[in-house]
Amino acid sequence: MIAHLTVLLTFQLLGEAISRGAGLPLPGPVLGMALLFVSMLIVPRLSAIATTAQGLLAHLSLLFVPAGVGVVGQLDRLGADGPGLALAIAGSTAIAIVAGVYTFLAVAKVLGR
Amino acid sequence: MTDVAEIWIYLSQGPLIWLTLTLVAYGIGDWAFRASGRRPLVNPVLLAVAILAVVLTATGTAYETYFEGAQFVHFMLGPATVALAVPLHANLALIRRSLLPMLAALAVGAGTAMVSAVAIARMAGVAPETLLSLVPKSVTAPVAIGITEALGGQPALTAVLVIVTGVTGAIIGTPIFNALGITDYRARGFAMGVASHGIGTARAFQVNETAGAFAGIGMGLNALLTALIAPLLAPLLVAPY
Repeated sequence: MIAHLTVLLTFQLLGEAISRGAGLPLPGPVLGMALLFVSMLIVPRLSAIATTAQGLLAHLSLLFVPAGVGVVGQLDRLGADGPGLALAIAGSTAIAIVAGVYTFLAVAKVLGR
Repeated sequence: MTDVAEIWIYLSQGPLIWLTLTLVAYGIGDWAFRASGRRPLVNPVLLAVAILAVVLTATGTAYETYFEGAQFVHFMLGPATVALAVPLHANLALIRRSLLPMLAALAVGAGTAMVSAVAIARMAGVAPETLLSLVPKSVTAPVAIGITEALGGQPALTAVLVIVTGVTGAIIGTPIFNALGITDYRARGFAMGVASHGIGTARAFQVNETAGAFAGIGMGLNALLTALIAPLLAPLLVAPY
């Protein structure tokens, strides 16, 4: 497990360093994910981290709790705009989900995939 | 003899109690989610956050004190994001076949998220200077904050809107897909990841591993796309009529 975590942290570190160094509009961990993905294609042995990775991802929700608690204290920032912003988020998230899913299905159908 | 108040003062200053309470609150949230028959509205993140907010308020604890313990959980977001490469790799053949549907859904999902959010907020009379902070709300938090800084919005406000968007997507996604009778987990996951980033991705993983893998890709690609097009699109969206 320690070896697996070392792999994950190393790729995160690489991602952070490259993203910051090159001024890319991507966070280090997202770039680290892309780098690890490519590395797994080249070095199949890296797939050994699967157990640790799945353990982490099974509880991905938990990792958002501290940030969520921070948001509660900031809710008054919304001020008078609160209800309007809540409406905009609920509406636009539903619209984006429906538009995205149907676009995916339509293109997949046209291509026969 | 040390009384309870003294023990509390000792413990509440250290990280141990807040780290433990974060895990306990999530445990309760997760238990309630399962006990409810996995109802989307009983969202474990939302419940845990509510429980902890009540505890912090009741004990008069500052968020900074809480975060000293919770930071260990928060830190794992980075390695967990890197770990998304594993389901990507496991679903390689499926992903290769789905490349064009993904790119199309990315463009449409990211575009409608930004345009509809600002349009609805304008109709609801939200102050014009707030609209900019709303533009990147579907993107994972670190990127969204970078985008809002570039646009001239307020980073702290964007952080709030991003989290609220994630929780919203996590709650409404599954009921929407089920109501529409959509059974393709590639499409379901990808749309969730594009519209509601990591929190939507976490939810997708609870439903189905393929959905989770596609949600992770959707989240990553939308971070890139929105970072590139928001600076071009935002001035048009928030321009006066």
